[in-house]
Amino acid sequence: MPVTDQEIKLLQEKACQLRKDIIDITYWAGGAHIGGAMSMVEILILLYYKYMKIDPKDPTWKERDRMVLSKGHGGVGFAPLLARKGYFDFQDLKEFNKFKSPFGMHLDSLKVKGVDVSTGSLGHGLPMAVGMSLGARVQKQSWRTYCILGDGECNEGSIWEAAMAAAQFKLTNLITFVDRNKLMIDGTTEEIMGLEPFADKWKAFGFIVKEVDGHNFNALADAIESAQKETKAPVVIIANTFKGKGVDFMENNVKWHYGGLDTDLVEKAKASVDRMYEQAINLKN
Amino acid sequence: MTEGLTWTVYDADTMTQAEIYGEVLCRLGEENPKIVGLSADLANSTKIGKFGKKFPDRFFNVGIAEQNLFGVAAGLAKTGLIPFVSTMAAFTAMRGVEQVRTDICYQNLNCKIIATHAGTSFGSAGTTHHCTEDLAIMRSFANMTVIAPADGIETAKAVKACVDYPGPVYIRIGRGFEPKFYENEEYDFQIGKAIEVNPGTDITLICCGVTVLQAAEASKFLKENDDLSVRVLNMHTIKPLDEEAVLSAVKDTRRIITFEDHTVLGGLGSAVADVIAASGKGCAFSKVGIPDCYCIVGYPEDLCSYYKLDTDGIIDKVREVMSMDFEEDDDWEDEV
Repeated sequence: MPVTDQEIKLLQEKACQLRKDIIDITYWAGGAHIGGAMSMVEILILLYYKYMKIDPKDPTWKERDRMVLSKGHGGVGFAPLLARKGYFDFQDLKEFNKFKSPFGMHLDSLKVKGVDVSTGSLGHGLPMAVGMSLGARVQKQSWRTYCILGDGECNEGSIWEAAMAAAQFKLTNLITFVDRNKLMIDGTTEEIMGLEPFADKWKAFGFIVKEVDGHNFNALADAIESAQKETKAPVVIIANTFKGKGVDFMENNVKWHYGGLDTDLVEKAKASVDRMYEQAINLKN
Repeated sequence: MTEGLTWTVYDADTMTQAEIYGEVLCRLGEENPKIVGLSADLANSTKIGKFGKKFPDRFFNVGIAEQNLFGVAAGLAKTGLIPFVSTMAAFTAMRGVEQVRTDICYQNLNCKIIATHAGTSFGSAGTTHHCTEDLAIMRSFANMTVIAPADGIETAKAVKACVDYPGPVYIRIGRGFEPKFYENEEYDFQIGKAIEVNPGTDITLICCGVTVLQAAEASKFLKENDDLSVRVLNMHTIKPLDEEAVLSAVKDTRRIITFEDHTVLGGLGSAVADVIAASGKGCAFSKVGIPDCYCIVGYPEDLCSYYKLDTDGIIDKVREVMSMDFEEDDDWEDEV
């Protein structure tokens, strides 16, 4: 197992905190893309607390690993992670989505420390991640680019343009995730615009595909470590997740792509998150 | 020689705008290892392929995929490199335009876009390959600099100048058969600074791209035949526009006509009109370009004539505007 029990405990604490942070910010902001933020929590936590080479004190450090949150609407999940890592004060996020705030729903790389690339319009992140990976190669740098896609985002043609390029240029310094929560705004991915056979599509585009439980740190860590060792082709990790993960009334519910919370719902949501982690601890014991 | 230029590598009599661009980029690439090149299966047509052959490790052909082209360029710029991106103007300003706006301009990235086949220069190809909207589109993006060089020599100067000019730059050039205007590089080219190619006090013609040559020829004819003193401005930079040059033209000549190989909506003419309107000063004014329609098919020189952008058309237009009943106010300062 690539992750020790002690690490798992720490990662779970961080994930629990991030889920509660997302709930708080959604409340402060009056509404946010909470469902898709919850589904990618484990991917972000594992990358930022175990794998990514970064220095929050020096956000533009040239040799840092890069993150491209191609599913830019996940900003409400990404921003608190950056705050907890020390890029800025968590309390700053009380201004999330507010008038003149540096934090829009879709984060701006020129305004928010730790955000390598501005995203929000879907289908833009992977092409930029391809460019960054080529940039590392041209400059003989060893840092990696991590890119997180939404699954609905993979309806965009530009994702497949970029996928072709990543394979053509054999970008093994790029590790791509798909947050496969299977829900879009209007319905399930398969109802609206079917993606399956999804893994086969990526394989056909020249990727090495690893399909894992996207809420399982060990499974994700296995996939990341094997992706880091890959030398022949770019890797995509299809992380099977649940939209709204951790909040029982949101989980796998298409209505919670975007939503607001009142104080009552905040309490219920946090209680649900607590139960999830209590259950995880009980299972462990 | 203009200050800062230490080499001349081209023969404007035999080389097209794009060929000169390709050659210049190769020279710049030798001097600056941060320069990388990208195209979308038009490396040969746009002549960036010359750079690609010289620097294969610094050149990326992404295939026929313009959205990815500009996204990848943005990513390269994010790592500190200076991407030069070339495809046809139609596929830059339209097919890949959201990436140009959102990935490159919004993030104020140091990408240099050299778009070929602009305006009606690929006239025989039909509307899909015409690009008479690019100046209007690119001008509307914050952070973007927009340049339409008069010919090959000026393309060289613009390409050289843009390397050290921060932020995104869009340079539109033709298909490659445009006549030369400048004999050599011995003139002062600064991004954002209009060039007076002919002095004049009766009327000012503000031009960019291929219309500069035509207007200069027209001004000579009008001097000899109509005894008109026609000022011709080469407004190679559409954004940031040299407002001072426009205001001087308003004050000195009180009549202005703009000429551009572009729709009359939103391009050079509109940019100039904005300045005139905001000045509050009276000025007889007319915009000449492609009217609000899709350009007909034809060779560029025939289209230039058809849309009154050639010397004859310009002469006719000047006579028309000179005959417009326009009363100048004697006291300039009184006008609001």
